[in-house]
Amino acid sequence: MNQKRREALRLTAVIGLMAATGLISQAEASTWNKAAFEGKTLDDVLKALGGSAPGKSGAITINAPDIAENGAVVPVGVTTTLPKTQQIAILVEKNPSVLAAQFMMTPDTEPFVASRVKMGQTSNVHALVKADGKWFVSTKEVKVTLGGCGG
Amino acid sequence: MADPMRVRAQETGGIVDVKVLMKHDMETGQRKDSAGKTIPAHYITTITATYKGKQVFLGEFGPAVSKDPFLNFKFKGGAKGEEVTITWVDNKNDNRTDKAKIS
Repeated sequence: MNQKRREALRLTAVIGLMAATGLISQAEASTWNKAAFEGKTLDDVLKALGGSAPGKSGAITINAPDIAENGAVVPVGVTTTLPKTQQIAILVEKNPSVLAAQFMMTPDTEPFVASRVKMGQTSNVHALVKADGKWFVSTKEVKVTLGGCGG
Repeated sequence: MADPMRVRAQETGGIVDVKVLMKHDMETGQRKDSAGKTIPAHYITTITATYKGKQVFLGEFGPAVSKDPFLNFKFKGGAKGEEVTITWVDNKNDNRTDKAKIS
């Protein structure tokens, strides 16, 4: 018990220190786009991200399996050849909240990202890419044999 | 408490390939425990990567990212022997920072 308390105290001190030294700014912690992550449809998310009417683009590649055996761990990768990529978002259409993750690109970041997401059921996976101020979308269907959101 | 993450950074032709494996429950807030009570959401919200004090990557996660999240990204201009720093923060403001030497 005491050990836990000490640990908690230590961690609080560390966080405080990090905030003070600017390692994590308070602003950074609050930039998390709540509205976008609560969006129920592709359009909701797009609106929350400040975009509209994405153009379909063949320059975006989604690396995801056609059939995912385990919906709890579906590897999804997004690559694009669009110049000046600023942002990449991964969306799963039939999840309770559509947006799974989004990534901000700096000029030094290569337009590539890969992660793993949960999928409740067979659904379309969208990759939203913001490049040079415009939004583009690419879609791929992933079949799920075992859902990943059950209890 | 936050467990250490595994970070690998490899440089080829000026591009650094960074692979991160975080240890986190990524609880969605939708599941129920055996007593029928909802398990509160607990997931990583932000992950940042810095190289030489400059941010090279920022990711925002929702609860739909898998348990023990894996992340792979690449950035330009890294050199062998230097360090990449990865930090994540979750929705309970817990956090963890780890460093990896670029090889």
